[in-house]
Amino acid sequence: MSGTKATPKKAFNFFDAVEKPTEWLIRLCGWSSIIGIAAIFLFIFKEAAPMVPRLDWFHLFTSSRWIPNPAPGNEASFGALALLVGTFTTTFIGLVVAVPVGLGAAIYISEFATGKMKETLKIVIELLAAIPSIVWGFIGLMVLGPLVSQIFSAEPESVWSHIMVTLHLASSDTGAAQGTNLLTGGVILALMSVPLIVSLSEDALRAVPDTFREAALALGANPWETVRRVLLPAARNGLLAACMLGMGRAVGETMAVLLATGHSNRIPLALTDPVRTLTATIAAEMGETVHGDDHYRVLFILGIVLFVITCGINVASDFIVKGVKKANQA
Amino acid sequence: MNPPPQTPAQRPAPRDPAPETDVLGTPETRLRTAGAPLGSTGASVPAPAAGVAGADNPFAATPFERTKRRRLKWNRWMMFGFCIILIVPLVAILADIFIKAAPVLSLDYLWANPENKGKGGGIWAPLVGTFYLVIGSLFFVAPIGILAAIYLNEYAKEGWLNRTIGITVTSLAGVPSIVHGLFGLGAFVLTMLPAINGALGLTSHKLEAGLLTASLTIAVMNLPVVITSTREALGAVPQAFREACWNLGATRWQTIRTIVLPNSFSGILTGIILVVSRAAGETAPILFTGVTFFKFVADEGLAKIFPYHPGEPFMAMSMHLNIISNQISRLPENMKYGSAAVLIALILFINSFAIVLRVWLRGRKRW
Repeated sequence: MSGTKATPKKAFNFFDAVEKPTEWLIRLCGWSSIIGIAAIFLFIFKEAAPMVPRLDWFHLFTSSRWIPNPAPGNEASFGALALLVGTFTTTFIGLVVAVPVGLGAAIYISEFATGKMKETLKIVIELLAAIPSIVWGFIGLMVLGPLVSQIFSAEPESVWSHIMVTLHLASSDTGAAQGTNLLTGGVILALMSVPLIVSLSEDALRAVPDTFREAALALGANPWETVRRVLLPAARNGLLAACMLGMGRAVGETMAVLLATGHSNRIPLALTDPVRTLTATIAAEMGETVHGDDHYRVLFILGIVLFVITCGINVASDFIVKGVKKANQA
Repeated sequence: MNPPPQTPAQRPAPRDPAPETDVLGTPETRLRTAGAPLGSTGASVPAPAAGVAGADNPFAATPFERTKRRRLKWNRWMMFGFCIILIVPLVAILADIFIKAAPVLSLDYLWANPENKGKGGGIWAPLVGTFYLVIGSLFFVAPIGILAAIYLNEYAKEGWLNRTIGITVTSLAGVPSIVHGLFGLGAFVLTMLPAINGALGLTSHKLEAGLLTASLTIAVMNLPVVITSTREALGAVPQAFREACWNLGATRWQTIRTIVLPNSFSGILTGIILVVSRAAGETAPILFTGVTFFKFVADEGLAKIFPYHPGEPFMAMSMHLNIISNQISRLPENMKYGSAAVLIALILFINSFAIVLRVWLRGRKRW
């Protein structure tokens, strides 16, 4: 590498002269993601730390009394159960819609569509993934919300109202109280996570060697049987990881659920009850807090909870994918 | 993102959904049995298998075959349906937004500053704020992200360190945007700014949360995206190119500079453009790190082009849309749809540009 012999006179080149410092700079930048993750944890923990020993952690996870601003006769209480339930119910509804649609679309694009159709679908999915979350929230608030409240509304005592109350589609006999609710938020989350699920699942399906497909077809299986009996089992872990990353995105989504879920701190009892999520709470309340008070620090603790949940999901999906690669190599 | 090569597995697909067999069977079954020895399919012998449909026609598909074919057909339509229910309503919604926004959309709307809490005027101030936010975040994230990708792809050896970095890149990509906002608040606004103010001895015009802190926060958020896309672009350069260069006596850094980077430039650029669109649309990370709903911006002159000091709060499109869509009462619908349409158009334009660029460059590739 570095020549120690005396070389004939060479023209001076600035870029060659800075080789050593550049290599060190590159090494340092290579560490940037580790530094980033460590710094995120450190600084969030630093802001939350004074509250950690004082907070009633059991209360945080088991009570839904969220009263951040104490008033006379209404002492402060930090119970985030309803917020956690809100986060997980919207995510669940989002996944119930997104997983079948996402996997189906991925299988179609990867195994059935050809030529122009395939290219077009891939580009459209890519464009869908680019739409920012605030726009999704806007769509939920202005377009989907009114639609949902129209569908889930009825005259009291009518058949539809009885059906809705019995099936827990709405909690009152007049239907959904407002358009922004659990269902709207869930559908918006589904639309947001579908592009991610589609592109990751498609990668997983493409990673299955073609010899698998050829063998299945040679045995007389038709394309659907090949998908069902060969490709889905072979790409199982990759598909699972895709769904988990979609879930991670849904859990961490902020602006869309802030606008589209109705922002009501209650445990939802019906499909069209308004809810409130961890992320939306942080986004909405951080501006009102006084820097350094309990409320401010508890919001940072909610941030840690979110951070831990999403990191867990991501690392787990990473291990699932890596596990497959090893198994395939063996 | 190259399309997978047309596999043999996919080739039979168009032929397969044959219509339900007629009396003579499909052309395929006829072909298949044509070469078989007479009698082996029961052509002249009365079919002993009672379950076979159309016992008088030996070439008819068995019920089993027909079920298989029907399943294939139905499932193919179902999955195509999934693609459609994903795309069609969304295109309809976007079209709806643009139609409702049409009355206000004009060059004046882009060029005028908002008046009366966004109820009148245009969107110049937030638009230009978003522009500077994007530039600022690129300034931080592009060099660091590209160098990090060079390290991962060209220098790092397989091992625990490389693997750890890989996991942290994935985790960083999965950190919720609001947590990035909290991080920006804790690290940049509450720690870095007081430190800078103290070091510079500023007492009157202290730096506040603004473009600088917001750009840094967005940069951290986009770091894994730049690393991943750049790494992909570097990985696409054939190993033989590097080896040839090393054999000529070039060092690793010379090889990277003269061979690897020029050959992967297009891929890196595409990744950077996608980061631009992400930075332009984000709201949650900048909520507490410098964005504000209203800041006075001059109506003319140089101050209209360069309205924001890096150490002062600024306006951004995403924040503007957030506030006017749900916090200002009695705001004309058109104005909300107008802002949304401009933001959507901006993002879709940037992304389409990246896609076109990618397709064009892929066509020019010579290896």
